Amino acid sequence: MSQKPQQAALQKCPSCAEPVESGDLFCGACGHDLSVVPAPPQDHPTLAMTGVAEPGDGPGGTGNPPAHQPAGRPGTDSGGTPLPGHEPERSTGSGVRFDRPAEPDEYPLQAPDPRLAGAAAPADPAQVCVACRAGRVDSDGYCENCGHAQPRERDHVERESGPVAAVSDRGLRHHRNEDAFAVGHTVLPDGTPAAVAIVCDGVSSATRPDEASLAASQVAGDTLLAALPRGTHPQTAMHEAIVAASQAVNALAEEPATAREHAPHQNAPACTIVGAVVTSGLLVVGWVGDSRAYWVPDDRGAPPARLTEDDSWAAQMVAAGLMSEAEAYADERAHAITGWLGADAYELEPHTASFKPDRPGAVVVCTDGLWNYAETAEEMCEAVPPDAAVRPLHSARVLVGHALDGGGHDNVTVAVLPFPAPSQGAGSA
Amino acid sequence: MANFAKPNVPQFSVDVYQNEYLPEGGSEVNAIVTVTATGGGTIGGAAAAPVYTPGRRPSAAVAIMVDCSGSMDYPATKMRNARDATSAAIDTLRDGTHFAVIGGTHVAKEVYPGGGRVAVADAVTREQAKQALRRLSAGGGTAIGTWLRLADRLLSSADVTIRHGILLTDGRNEHESAEDLRAALDACAGRFTCDARGVGTDWEVKEVTGIASALLGTADIVADPAGLAADFTRMMETAMGKEVADVALRVWTPVGSTIRFVKQVAPSVEDLTVRRTEAGPRAGDYPTGSWGDESRDYHLCVTVPPAGIGREMLAARVSLVVPQPDGSVENLGAQGLVRAVWTDDMTASTAMNPQVAHYTGQAELAQVIQQGLDLRKVGDFDGATAKLGRAVQLASASGNADTAKLLAKVVDVVDAATGTVRLKTRIAEADEMTLETRSTKTVRVKK
Repeated sequence: MSQKPQQAALQKCPSCAEPVESGDLFCGACGHDLSVVPAPPQDHPTLAMTGVAEPGDGPGGTGNPPAHQPAGRPGTDSGGTPLPGHEPERSTGSGVRFDRPAEPDEYPLQAPDPRLAGAAAPADPAQVCVACRAGRVDSDGYCENCGHAQPRERDHVERESGPVAAVSDRGLRHHRNEDAFAVGHTVLPDGTPAAVAIVCDGVSSATRPDEASLAASQVAGDTLLAALPRGTHPQTAMHEAIVAASQAVNALAEEPATAREHAPHQNAPACTIVGAVVTSGLLVVGWVGDSRAYWVPDDRGAPPARLTEDDSWAAQMVAAGLMSEAEAYADERAHAITGWLGADAYELEPHTASFKPDRPGAVVVCTDGLWNYAETAEEMCEAVPPDAAVRPLHSARVLVGHALDGGGHDNVTVAVLPFPAPSQGAGSA
Repeated sequence: MANFAKPNVPQFSVDVYQNEYLPEGGSEVNAIVTVTATGGGTIGGAAAAPVYTPGRRPSAAVAIMVDCSGSMDYPATKMRNARDATSAAIDTLRDGTHFAVIGGTHVAKEVYPGGGRVAVADAVTREQAKQALRRLSAGGGTAIGTWLRLADRLLSSADVTIRHGILLTDGRNEHESAEDLRAALDACAGRFTCDARGVGTDWEVKEVTGIASALLGTADIVADPAGLAADFTRMMETAMGKEVADVALRVWTPVGSTIRFVKQVAPSVEDLTVRRTEAGPRAGDYPTGSWGDESRDYHLCVTVPPAGIGREMLAARVSLVVPQPDGSVENLGAQGLVRAVWTDDMTASTAMNPQVAHYTGQAELAQVIQQGLDLRKVGDFDGATAKLGRAVQLASASGNADTAKLLAKVVDVVDAATGTVRLKTRIAEADEMTLETRSTKTVRVKK
């Protein structure tokens, strides 16, 4: 799964041969996703790793008083003990993950299948199959030669809105991307900026999970961006947004399944949701399900934190004291979620939490497609580039790459928000 | 060329039923493709629009081939019933339909209208045709190939859309070689469709079913000659309901894939795999004959090159086309997509699609009946019991009550669920032939 397109330099679109510019994300002529090809490395993220995290993540952590304290987890014990003398080794060890071009080169869907490669690639203005490079793509999105499905719009999505950015990827094992996200920014009545990110993970065992996640993320994002400028308290706005998203997902259950959907399971569309709002002084998160938000301070000496508590079997077992975290997450039921948005959810319990971090940092909002490969706050902190708050889109890409490097077993969606929300002027929509 | 394009061409739709999920390394894709034609044939035979008014109904020509060999006089009711049945069929002809009656022996004779022409149905010609039938007498041998070749000549003399034959025989094709019949069928295939009927019990099931199969029509037994008139009327009504001729199922498959088989599985089993004609890159056409208001199911099995987990490909694209004389095709619009999606979700990849499972069983049912009857003929009664027992089990499990009833006339059913049966010691020949002729009839999935 590590084949890459062989283009030496990206001067032409690999799909339609239209000249492209170095900064382009998509071909201006055919819309081909140019991220499939590693762009020429403009700059490598420097490896100036920050200090080692303080051992433990107890409440004594400098600053960052979470109103909602993540439970201490045994898994951090080993990672929490390195002495300063270990620092170089640790840096290189972990730093390797970041030492690569900004664009992760692991989007295998778009990469040509080596078994099918070799056929002559006609320089045809019509869209050419990305799998065999020989056939044209028919109106249904399949290659008329090898039959392979072409990348769909949602297979890889990147978006930036003001200070916040998000990336979503299909991953390596799923045939479609059932994650969705919404990002946006606005101005509060007092003139200070606010940034919003919502990430949703469709429940695969439900019918049409992709539609559920899309509806939920769009509605929640719109609700927040409408409520915040009116002066609604961000935590209240987050609660309302989750309720609105839930109603949007419930509404999908009433629509008949499309004919193409002969899925083995037929039940109400469902998804998880996690969202974050950052303002100049406040960080609010809200969630249902097992998608998560993490706090990663710019000063890596300060402890990072997980801001959400999963609605999952494992989390419940740990919370009830029935199992240790290690035992619970080793169980095959660990990822069974106990809360979700959807018509068949038992009871909607939107969780929200509000934080007042005392230092700048970044908020990572993600689906389990990422946190499966960076579960603890420390691991996540290690995976996040040091300049996350300044270059959120780059950071989101790096984090998606981290998940794909780890195996990409699920769809991956990551949003990165800087705290505090920078005042407007620099960013553009 | 007659123009059937405008208002009365039925609307075709294609539905695909499959489990598109394959395990890692999986390569076999099965799908049931349901093709439904609607909207054309609802006017019925009563709307006797002359063929000269374009656009009302498709023009049609029908040739009725009646066996006049000497055996038709034993018993004499056979010839009389055949005559009456042909009269009834002629009464069912829509005004304006071209028709001809052929008397078949070891040679083919034009009974009506003669002169190498076809008549156009109206009150006068119908009456003349019935008069001509009275002069039909039995005497001579049987060479069905000659009948078909004459029917082809007559039918092709008419400029019509639908060409159809109705063939009645009571005996074996004794006065020409099997190769002659085969050559005649090959010459006629695709030029007209033909229903074949065996009357009495002295004919060869495989000959009659072979004719119907080659000419994309139905085959059946009319054990009692008294039932002929009703059967002929029904056949003619069906023929009059046809709207579009020479429809082909066009199947596109990706490079590197192999079509294991293409079978019609409803209303009866008909393997079309070897009848493919290439139609451009990676596409082939399978003949389906003419269509009225009806629905048929096809089982498509394709092997594709396995792809990695998470990949999706199009394993087949199924559409309906009408090849035109100039080499182009008229596309009937509807198409269905057969997909393959590789997943590591075992629950998804191991599920069997109910339609695929059902028709796999129906195809096996037809096969084990044939095998069981063949074994019985060669004296392998244990083998025959095992095969027919399996048939009873399949028929019972799938709700194919008609076939179950026919089987019960050949075997004593001890336990249908386990397929435990005993061969009957005495089996009426008509029952055995009926079972063999109708073994390919299937039932559809219970909704």
